[in-house]
Amino acid sequence: MARKVVITGLGATTPIGGDVPTLWANALKGVSGAHTLPDEWVETYNLPVKFAAKASNPASEVLSRVEMKRMDPSTQFAVVAAREAWKDAGIEEMDHDRLAVAFATGIGGVWTLLDAWDTLKEKGPRRVLPMTVPMLMPNGPAAAVSLDLGARAGAHTPVSACASGTEAMHIGLELIRSGKADVVMCGGAEAAIHPMPMASFAAMQALSKRNDDPEHASRPYDIDRDGFVMGEGAGALVLEAEEHAIARGATIYAELAGTSVTADAYHITAPDPQGLGATRALKAAMFDGRIQPEDVVHVNAHATSTPVGDKPEYTALRAALGTQLDNVCVSATKSQMGHLLGASGAVESVLTVLAIHHRKAPVTINLENQDPEIPLDVVTGTPRELPEGSIVALNNSFGFGGHNAVVAIRSV
Amino acid sequence: MASNEEILAGLAEIVNEETGLATEAVEMDKSFTEDLDIDSISMMTIVVNAEEKFDVKIPDEEVKNLKTVADAVNFIAGAQA
Repeated sequence: MARKVVITGLGATTPIGGDVPTLWANALKGVSGAHTLPDEWVETYNLPVKFAAKASNPASEVLSRVEMKRMDPSTQFAVVAAREAWKDAGIEEMDHDRLAVAFATGIGGVWTLLDAWDTLKEKGPRRVLPMTVPMLMPNGPAAAVSLDLGARAGAHTPVSACASGTEAMHIGLELIRSGKADVVMCGGAEAAIHPMPMASFAAMQALSKRNDDPEHASRPYDIDRDGFVMGEGAGALVLEAEEHAIARGATIYAELAGTSVTADAYHITAPDPQGLGATRALKAAMFDGRIQPEDVVHVNAHATSTPVGDKPEYTALRAALGTQLDNVCVSATKSQMGHLLGASGAVESVLTVLAIHHRKAPVTINLENQDPEIPLDVVTGTPRELPEGSIVALNNSFGFGGHNAVVAIRSV
Repeated sequence: MASNEEILAGLAEIVNEETGLATEAVEMDKSFTEDLDIDSISMMTIVVNAEEKFDVKIPDEEVKNLKTVADAVNFIAGAQA
């Protein structure tokens, strides 16, 4: 019998809240974190997309001046979220040789990389900061969190585009089940609201161009959806072997019952229109967690608000859950905070855990005319109460490259 | 041309900016590594910032000889002369 893994700590810094209590309150209320970017570079480069969902609270509220200087913004967010999750878990004493980190990013230290390139061109090699490499490396967030916590059972960095944060949960579960760690700080961080990634995502027509109305731009499942809204921030979850959590009398939010990762092997960016890879991921996560379709009551969907992305996820959910899908309420929380890329799976896992813990599904905003080809029961207006008894929620994440990752959260 | 006192004060500001150490902690007899706990990456950042602030060149091969704050102050004073 595999070790049971539970979630005992949560942390987040997002466009709709700089900590978990604020994030949760806003997710239930339904607010938009998307706003017109005040940055000069929007006009300097005449970017086609002039808005995004920036983190609501600067990392400097938590980190010292020197910490800020020595970390890329993505790592800053990671450390902010991880510190909150660690404090929330309340682990006062443990063998840190048994504490691991699995902290993802989709893009890595893009601000550091491009700032250093600008410095090289403008001022020469002598002025390139000696900290450039450790700040830009994609394992920077995982390494910084490991240093911050003194976590010595390995620091892992899954990189699978927008599935990265969810894949971190998959790695964390495996580390504990296999006996390599007792506690894993999992999460994802992203800070890519920089003119170059903004231009790149816009070039591939992935971003909404609703410049005149940013708050209503992220509209998953709506017939008028025209792309995703770039977000930033981090989410963190403390995974813990159940016996370890019980022994120290920890508060347990939920069980991480199952996870999965699959690859489409279909197209580098386009989702498989039949959602076959996503279907396999959903089924695999349910198999992994010994979950029957009728156990599932809630899904935090990937639902980025792109014209091509939202429908294959519905097809996959239908294939994996069958008629039970009619009894499942779906929250598309990217409608509120935009798409946090490599952090999205982590932040949405935090929301999925809270939904199970409080038995309440957060709301989806901006859904005015639901796409008739996506007949999901979407939670809009007010939060939805989830049923009593043993229940399961799924969190899906899909990434460019054909990456699919699913986590299944069960009530305790 | 800055006096040794001015160089020390400027260097202390650079060290404070990079490491968060109080400027008063940066005294002439202090060792960068032993007393101020400054690692090699921070030292290089301090060196490059000092070059800009005092308009001097500090060759890479010279950095290992700058063991104490006094070494750095004296080198900068000499390089300015």
